[in-house]
Amino acid sequence: MANANTPMIECKNVSKVYPDGTVGLKDINLTINKGEFVVVVGLSGAGKSTLLRSINRLQDVSGGEILIDGKSITAAKGKELRLIRRDIGMIFQSFNLVKRSSVLRNVLVGRVAYYPTWKTTFNLFSKEDKQKAYEALQQVGLAEKVYNRADELSGGQQQRVAIARVLEQNPKIILADEPTASLDPETSKRIMNDLKMLNEKYGMTVIANLHSVELAKEFGQRVIGIRAGQVVYDGKMSETPESVFTNIYNGGNGKEAADD
Amino acid sequence: MTNKSGQAPVVPGLPKKKFKLMNWVWAIILIGGLFVSTQETNTSLPVLFQNFSNFTEIFVEMAKPDWSYSGTVIPLVLQTIKMAILGTFFGSLAAFFYSLLIARNVVKNKVVTGVFRFIMNIIRTIPDLLLGAIFVAIVGTGTFAGVLALSVFTFGVVVKLFYEAIETIDNGPIEALTAVGANKWQIITDAVLPQVMTYFISYTLYAFEINVRASTVLGYIGAGGIGLYLQQTLDVFQYERTGTIIIIIVIVVVLIDYISSKAREALMK
Repeated sequence: MANANTPMIECKNVSKVYPDGTVGLKDINLTINKGEFVVVVGLSGAGKSTLLRSINRLQDVSGGEILIDGKSITAAKGKELRLIRRDIGMIFQSFNLVKRSSVLRNVLVGRVAYYPTWKTTFNLFSKEDKQKAYEALQQVGLAEKVYNRADELSGGQQQRVAIARVLEQNPKIILADEPTASLDPETSKRIMNDLKMLNEKYGMTVIANLHSVELAKEFGQRVIGIRAGQVVYDGKMSETPESVFTNIYNGGNGKEAADD
Repeated sequence: MTNKSGQAPVVPGLPKKKFKLMNWVWAIILIGGLFVSTQETNTSLPVLFQNFSNFTEIFVEMAKPDWSYSGTVIPLVLQTIKMAILGTFFGSLAAFFYSLLIARNVVKNKVVTGVFRFIMNIIRTIPDLLLGAIFVAIVGTGTFAGVLALSVFTFGVVVKLFYEAIETIDNGPIEALTAVGANKWQIITDAVLPQVMTYFISYTLYAFEINVRASTVLGYIGAGGIGLYLQQTLDVFQYERTGTIIIIIVIVVVLIDYISSKAREALMK
């Protein structure tokens, strides 16, 4: 990867305590460099989603600071915050498409932060952006569905529309929160390959939360293990022994990895 | 299924339903209440039957409609429908923006939503005829008072249905739009409205159906439209003219109801 050592995301002593007292994140310190493909593994409720959603501030943190490409997103407000978010794409477990809107419209939405409000109100997207949206759909193999309504598509297709939306947004970072959790193994692979394409072809930094150890091993370059809101492992995938996964998934006392 | 010894298991009989005393107490209170209410309001079916001849007399008169009168009636019915259209338009327009303001998934500030909801509830408690009377007092008799009354009434109907529809939408697209850096209004136009626009149109049509009916009686209190003539012909016992008015109103209302409900069905597909 180019610029291998330019930090893209820096978490400094990040913590998150929910109003009911549950600890979501505890003193997280992480640096993720430009162009990395990072997988975050851990049990449900370990804090993987909380970490991802803190990076683009869909959730506020309770302490610490997160820098995106050198700018603090935790301190940003209003327009400044929206401009930082414009450079961070997100893929959701439940796709989060507008089901009653066309596929094209759903892809174009990735671009709204580049438009003044009145233009988006009247759906005035530029020709170039529409063309780009169509090309993005071709990339994920859904060109013929461009005018279909999003709810006519299968789950796997909807997630690919979400990937086209990220392509249209053209961010520096992609956060993928359990992108394959509601999909079958074959479709999951396809989605992960699309993410890999975004990483390799466009140099986007990818952070993906994954349940599946198998997918994590196949696609991750770097693994971050999270347990009870803390980073318990951080290393290159190629140098990560099996025991690490066993530890993360079985709380350090199990014998075999819980492989779903 | 067999148990360990290989015998058929003993199936216990259906247990008797528990006797619930409170259900009976409530039933007796409700029936008792019904009797008390009849006494208090002097409701008496015999009176209705004793005077039934009056009804048949009027009905016979009305059944001989004076068709020459329809030349007067039709323009007035059209005027009434225009009132309903304007009232529906202005009321729905206000309801559209107001609903966004009181939907808790759009405006997160509970003080704002709370205050505006309170105002909405007060407006909703005023019945349409009272609204008509109020506006006649403010702007004088005529169709303008009727349009204002229908606007406020429409607002009350649409705002309640629409904000509840907004609150049931899928939150996912809102998150997705927030994540791409959209501002509040962009989130509304690109994530919220596409999910609820068909509901809004449907509720507006529904309000229009109600308004067409309501507007026909608003004239009774001087708020414009056909209602005034309904009252006048009744007062001077010109039942054949009243009959003409009623028949034309029924035809128009049925027609509009039919078209509107077909349109709403098509929308919800």
